[in-house]
This record gives sequence, structure tokens and C-alpha cells, in this order.
Amino acid sequence: MYATRTRNARPEPFAVHVGIGERLGLAHMDWPLTIAAVSLIAFSVFVLGEATQTDVPGDPNYYLERQAIYALLGIVGMVLLTRIDYSRFRELRVGLYTFLCASVSLVFVFGFAARGSRRSFELPFFSFQPSELGKLLLVLALAGFVIDGARRGSEVQRTVRYLVLGLAPAALVFLQPDLGTSLVFGAATLAVMYFGGVPWTHFAVIGGALVVLVALVLVAAPAAGVPILKGYQKERLTSFASPNEHSDGAGYQQNQSKVAIGSGQLTGRGDKATQTRLDFVPERHTDFIFAVIGERYGFMGAALVLSLYALLFWRALRITTLSKNVYGTLVAGGIAVSLLFQTFVNVGMNLGIMPITGIPLPLMSYGGSSVVATFLAVGVLQSINVQAHLSQKGRFAW
Amino acid sequence: MYLRNDSRPQGSRLSLRVAVLGGVAVALFAVLFFRLWNLQVLSGDEYLAEAKNNRTREFKVIAPRGDILDRNGEVLVDNRTSLALQLNTQKLPEDPAEERAELARLGELSHMTPRKVRRTIAESEEVAAGAPVTLRQDVGYELIAYIEENQREFPGVTVQRVFVRHYPHTSLAAHVLGNVSEVSEEELKEPRYKRLEPGDEIGQAGVEDTYDSFLRGDPGLTRIQVNALGQPTPGGQLVSMPPIPGDSLKLTIDADVQTAGEGALAARGLPGAFVSMNIDNGQILAMGSNPSYDPTVLTEPTQAQVNELYRDEVLAPLVNRATEGAYPTGSIFKIITALAALENGVITPDTVVQDNGLIEVGTQEFENAGGVAHGAVELRRALQVSSDVYFYLLGLDMWKTNELQEWAHKLGIGRPSGLDLPEESEGLLPSKAWRNQLYSEELTDRPWSAGDNIQLATGQGDLQTNPLQMAIAYAALGNGGKIVTPHVGMEVEDAAGRVLKEFEPKIQRRFKINAGYRNAILEGLHAAAQEGDGTAAGVFGGFPIPIAGKTGTAERPGHGDQSWFAALSPYPNPRIVTIATVEGGGFGAESAAPAVLDILEAIYDKQASAVSSAGGAE
Repeated sequence: MYATRTRNARPEPFAVHVGIGERLGLAHMDWPLTIAAVSLIAFSVFVLGEATQTDVPGDPNYYLERQAIYALLGIVGMVLLTRIDYSRFRELRVGLYTFLCASVSLVFVFGFAARGSRRSFELPFFSFQPSELGKLLLVLALAGFVIDGARRGSEVQRTVRYLVLGLAPAALVFLQPDLGTSLVFGAATLAVMYFGGVPWTHFAVIGGALVVLVALVLVAAPAAGVPILKGYQKERLTSFASPNEHSDGAGYQQNQSKVAIGSGQLTGRGDKATQTRLDFVPERHTDFIFAVIGERYGFMGAALVLSLYALLFWRALRITTLSKNVYGTLVAGGIAVSLLFQTFVNVGMNLGIMPITGIPLPLMSYGGSSVVATFLAVGVLQSINVQAHLSQKGRFAW
Repeated sequence: MYLRNDSRPQGSRLSLRVAVLGGVAVALFAVLFFRLWNLQVLSGDEYLAEAKNNRTREFKVIAPRGDILDRNGEVLVDNRTSLALQLNTQKLPEDPAEERAELARLGELSHMTPRKVRRTIAESEEVAAGAPVTLRQDVGYELIAYIEENQREFPGVTVQRVFVRHYPHTSLAAHVLGNVSEVSEEELKEPRYKRLEPGDEIGQAGVEDTYDSFLRGDPGLTRIQVNALGQPTPGGQLVSMPPIPGDSLKLTIDADVQTAGEGALAARGLPGAFVSMNIDNGQILAMGSNPSYDPTVLTEPTQAQVNELYRDEVLAPLVNRATEGAYPTGSIFKIITALAALENGVITPDTVVQDNGLIEVGTQEFENAGGVAHGAVELRRALQVSSDVYFYLLGLDMWKTNELQEWAHKLGIGRPSGLDLPEESEGLLPSKAWRNQLYSEELTDRPWSAGDNIQLATGQGDLQTNPLQMAIAYAALGNGGKIVTPHVGMEVEDAAGRVLKEFEPKIQRRFKINAGYRNAILEGLHAAAQEGDGTAAGVFGGFPIPIAGKTGTAERPGHGDQSWFAALSPYPNPRIVTIATVEGGGFGAESAAPAVLDILEAIYDKQASAVSSAGGAE
């Protein structure tokens, strides 16, 4: 006889009362990570509200309102991702990777050109920059490929395969041209490989190759008449090393940013902040927003922001060790390193110790694509954390 | 193996990698914190000093002024771009000999003596220190090419594109349009100019002044960083905002009617003025004053031309005689006397008076022009043949009361009209109170007398008014007691031709005029203009449109007889009042009436052609 029990009468596999917080997946969220991310975006909205009142004539709250909307969208996206088992992304790796390569390629055709570079699609309410979301997609896809191909080929073959898979989209972004984001792609690729167990010797070789490559791009190729970087890119990259030599172009911007931050001193200049208010510092709502914070709120404000980034990175790194599976470790590691890389390069650029590469400060710079994509990445971290807790209790999913 | 996904990653190997990465992160954050501490706390003072030392200079980008159009969209004023030779004095060579040499070369190029160049620079520095000095406008391309080729010889010299007012019809409606020039220091203190800076241009007269806030536009801004010497830092362009051009002003003036009026006066070669106005809404179709002037002369004046304009006190071309004139009006005033007498019951329209050519009051004799006796006349006839005696008697009847003055005042004589042009004079309405006040202050030799009121009744004596005030009074007669606000501004349009604002000034005041009295007066005026031996029948007898009109011949002590004509058209339901006056023009019918005829022909020819071309739409 077949079973006569109906489906509806089937008992719950786990006879425990599930609370609302648990149902939403919020119970096992990493709260310090959430607090760090939300504090940073809150500070971003506050700073934009104060520092960009005169930027858009007739609309003093232009940047404030938009950034607040992006923040809300991002937080909703983060909460949604928290409830999803990130492991599903591993199965979707080919689709994610294809979408990544297609979207960063399509901007060449349909993209909106700003300042000589095509990076984004103009949507009715929003200009969508696929390479921002691409950072997360690359990590999710590449981590899948690394696990998938773990037993195929020699170690060298595997390393080369990972590099090709990671650097192909990076090259597409580089051609947009968007040097900064392509570097983030490269850092994320190396991070996934690092957590994927690629031998130290391979990293030593890759490091050596990088040095040679930089030398070629900056010195040898232009000397041979084959410029790979555009003039402004090279100037930005090298000027930080000798700002006085370049006090008219890229070095000028960086020098003004340094002066802005320095003049903030311990407690900041508040509304007397002339450097950032009088347009001495360019792109103050995006790439150079840290200079605005440094000038307006001084060491106290800037150090608080840096501490929040340190907290963010620490929690991300911690999640790599908690993950229920290796995929989670690789994804968390890739996200953690790309956040660290962006933060260090952007803040370093503001402080005059890193070249100008046009990398936004995550959760701080104005921009919908960057804010939403970063929150989605944090959401994936939360998902890894939640799944780790659930698996320890012997459960697979909510 | 490390990579077996479904198990937890192997502890020790992962821990090592996490620890290494953690260490790298600690090092990176330490670098950032140390650098931040170094910049802000250790060297903060230096950077603060540097920030305070950062200088900017803002350059204004001039906004083109709005165009001025006539009621049909014909351009009366627009802008042309001109190349101006400018000098940034801070870039002159430091060596005095070199500086002198450059100024001498510049003087040669701009047709100025070196002394003149220095004076121009000094004057300009006084108004706006640091701003580039305009040495000469409208320089040619050859000069620019020469300066660019020899840039090293001319440090600090630039050629700037500027906007200059351009008048396609040269002097047409010059008194209405006015002119623009740089704002003066006193004007800058006025609230309406509080957003301006030295060197900005504002309207100085006419509608350019009245509607300045619409026409002016908002300048754009370029802010650049400069070093301590005031020189731009390369790459230091900080912000750039484009200018917002001024809005266009459409006037109620009709360029064709205006042309006819100005031509009619100019043809007579005598000073004079005219005004033609819609009697229901106060829109001025045409208004002019002869002699006129070319406003271009005031845009970039040479001293000789300006002297010519200002020095000539007799012809005074800058004066708008239509609003600033101060004239006795002669017989065109009689409608006011008639209204006052009728409304106060002194006469009825049919009261008959025996006109023997003169009356005697005390020792004084008052006689008709030429001493003609018109016999028995009632109101209509008295107006048709312009019997002075009839109105002398009314003046005599009302000399002790204030009735004539009350009505003249109600009709707008001797008071501001509310016109939207800054140039206007109130004039003078002589009254008992006024003269007796002067007498008590010993400023005149006699108190108010019957003779004063007799003079006023025929528009003579101390009366001082102008064509515009008379037009308002005639309009009130025509429209049955509405005092309109005369205006020349009709609407403001943006660059795309959208109407932003319409000007429809309110009726200033209303009073009742008995329809029978009004009709009687208009009948008399119609007879005067177009019937039998009417005073202007010789001029208007053949004019196809029925009108009501009145001639006037005013005696002006020290001048020749002043010719006047006032017309309400079409009769009997008038819509337009047209008034002209010619100084020293003799009898009304001699010069003012033909001028009015020219204007009316322009108005009705145009209407006729508009009607025929529109298939009789009106």
C-alpha cells in the first residue's frame, strides 16, 4: 500500500518554534558588520548634505537626497541577500560570469560617455555602472570556478586558469577605460586564489611579473612608442611620487587634497572649510570625499571613519573562518580584500600616498552603483555568517 | 585536500593565510592612521596656513541683455558682439621703461595718446580695481591678428568678446527705449542694484531702466585659482557657470506708427512731441519727441558727441517732450473747461452765448484769436470754431470756485501719470491756493484773479502740461471717465518666446461723466475736425475715418505760438487718442494737425491692410 498521509499532514522536520527575527534571517546577522556598514553610509549622507549645498544650483539637497535613496535600496538588498543561501551562487557561476562579461562589454556599445570614458548605462532614474556590481559577481563566479576545477590539471595550470578567468573582465574594464576598477578586479582575483590555496611560490612569481609589467607599462612601452596608459592615467599614477614636479595637473589635485586634510587639524574646520567648499579639491562628492571629511571634521572625524572600515574588514575576515563550506570562505575572502583594497587606495590617494586611480570610497563616495553593490556584497557576507550559524545547529536553510 | 567544498575548510592552513592577510591589513591601516596623524596633527598648522593662502579669482561671464521688441515682434534693440581690446594691468612689465614702451605701442594701435591710455587705466582702476581695463571696443580682426602674432610684445593684453546694444532702427523711439551704461557708485547703493558689481551695465533711461531687472540676465562665473601674484595657476580652473541671458521685452509701441510720428515731426524741422494711446487700457502705440538722438552714441560715447547731446539747451535732444515737456496747451484744454462747467451746472449743452470777439474783465481785455466774432454760439459750435469768448466766460464764472481745477486734477493735469518710464514731469495746474501761497511768500506780484482762471479756461497762462497728460484727459472723455495708466511695457518673453509676464496696469480711478455731456463735446470736436468751417476741417475733411479733434494754439512767452492737435478716433466710439504738439508751429491746424493726420493714416492704413489681408476678419 502506498502511504495514505497527505502532504499537508506531513510534520515539520524540526519541531522548534521559529521567531520572527530568525525567519527574516536577522538573528544570525553579524551585527558589528551591519553597524559598521550602516554607520558609514549614514555618515556619507550627512557629509554630502553638509558639503554639497551649493554644488547643484537651486537644489541644495541634490546629492543628499539621492545618496539617501541609494542607501535605502542598498540596505533592503543587503537584508534580502542575508536570507538567501549564498551557496546557490556557486551553481550559477557560469551565468554570473557570462552576465559580468556581457554587461561590462555592453557599455562600449550603449554606455553613457562621461569625460572620455564609457562606464555606465543611463537608466531613467539612475546611471548604472556594471563594473561596480561586477566586483561582487567576479568574486561569486571565480570562487565557484576555483572549487569546481580544484582537481583538474596541475597546480600551475590551475593558477593560470584562475588568472585568465579573473583578468579577462578586468581587461574589459581597463579598456572602458577605468583603471581603478580593473585594479579592484585584479585584487579580488588574487584574493580568491589566495584563499583557494594557490601556493606561495606562485604568488611570488605573480608579484615579480607585476613589477616587470609596471616597469614595462610606465617606462619601456612609452619609450618604444606604444603607450598603453592614457597620458592622464600615467600622470596620475606617477605624480604622487613627486607632487611638486606635477603641481599643475594631477599632482595639483592631490596636493590640494593633502592641504585640505591637513588644514582640518585635530577637530576640523566645519563650515570654514575653504579647500573643499571653494572647489580647490575636485570630485569632492565622489573620489575625494575623504578630504572633505578630513577638512570639515579633522582627525577625530577621519579616524572614526577609518576605524569603521577597520571594523568592517575585521568582521569580513572573521567570516572567512566561520563559513560552513570552502565556497563561503573564498567569497568572503574576495569581498574582504576588495573592500580593503578600495579603502586603502582611495584613502591613500586622498592622503597623497597612493596614485590617483579613480576608485570610490565604499559606502562613502556618492554614487548609486557603488553604494548598492557594496551593500549587496555585505549582504553576501551576512548570508555566509547566517549559514554558518544554521549549519552548526544542523540546519541547511531557513 | 584543502578544497573539498562541503566540509569546513582545513583549520591550520586557512588560519595561516587569514593571519597573514590580517597582518597586512593591520599594517595598511597603520600606514593610513599614521599618515593622517602626520598630516593633521603634526603638520596641521602648515597646511592650514597653506589653505588660507589659497587664493581664487572670480571672472564674471557677461550675460547678454534681453532684446526689446515692438508689439508685432519687430526688433527695436538687440545686441551685437564686439571685440574689445583689454589690458590686465597686473601683467604689465615690472620695469617702468618697458611698461612705458608697451603702453606707447598700445596707444598707437588703439589710436590713443600714451597719456590717454594711462588715464583710461587710472579711471578704470578707480571703479573696479583688478578688473581688466577696456582700452577700445570694436577692434578689427587685423589688430587681433597683429597682437596675437606679437604676443610677447604685449604682455597682459587680451581681446574679449563683449555685448554692445544695437539699434536696427537707429534713433527710432530713442526716448522710450533709453540706453545702458555702467552702473555708478551711487547706483550700486540702491537696493534694486544690490546684486551688481562695478563694471556691470544697467539701463539708464527709458524702458531699459524701468524693466532692467527683466532685461539684465544673470552673469556666469568662472573661478580660477591664482598665485600670490594674481596669475592663474595652471590647471587651477575651479568652477564654471554659464551666464543666463536676459529676457526679451515686448513693447506696446507699433514701430510703423512710431516711424510715421517721428517722420511727421522731423519733416517740420521743429521741436515737438506726439503720443498715441489706446483709451481703454493705456497701451501707448507711439510716443516720440523731436529732435531725437541715436542711442548708439551713448553706448560708447566719444566726448564730442556727448557734449553735443547735453549742451544744446534749446533743442535738448535727450528730453522726452511727450512726458517732460511743460507747455500751455491752448484750446485743446477747452474740453476740460466744458466738462467742469457742464458737470457743475454752470451751463447746459444748449446754453447760448453771444461771442462778440472779446470780453472785458476789469481793465483787462480778452479777445478771440485774430479778434474774430463768432456770434451766438452754443457748446458744439463754440468747440467747432474754437470760440475763446465762450470759454473765457466759463472761466470767469468759475474763478472763485475751484471747480475747473478740480476737474482738471481729476482728469490728470499737473500730476504724475503712472507711466512706466522714469522720465516724466508733473507739470503745473494753476489754482487759487497755489498763486496765493506764492503771493504770501512774495514770489509773485499779485494774488489769484479772474484773469488767471480765464487764461486757464483756454489753456493759457501759467498752465504747464505735456502731451501725455492731455492724452489721459482726452482718453477719459472718450471712455466715459476711466483714468488709464499709460504704459509702454506689454510683456516679458524668455529666449524661447514664452510669455513670462504680461503688464496690464489697473485703471487708476473712475468717475462718472454724463453721457449727454460727453456726446455733446465729442459732437463739437467732430465738427471742429471734419465739418464745415471747423478749425481743422481743412486738414481732416478728406480723411475717411470719422474723428473728433481739437486744435490748439498756445502763446508761450519768449517763444513762437505752439501748435497742438488732439484727436479721438474713430468718432463716435473712439478707441485711440492721438496728440501732437509743435513748438513754434503756429496755429494748431498748421503743423500739429497734419502731424496727427500722418499718425492716424499710419494707424488706419495698417488696420485697413490687416482687414483686407485677413478677409475682413476684424
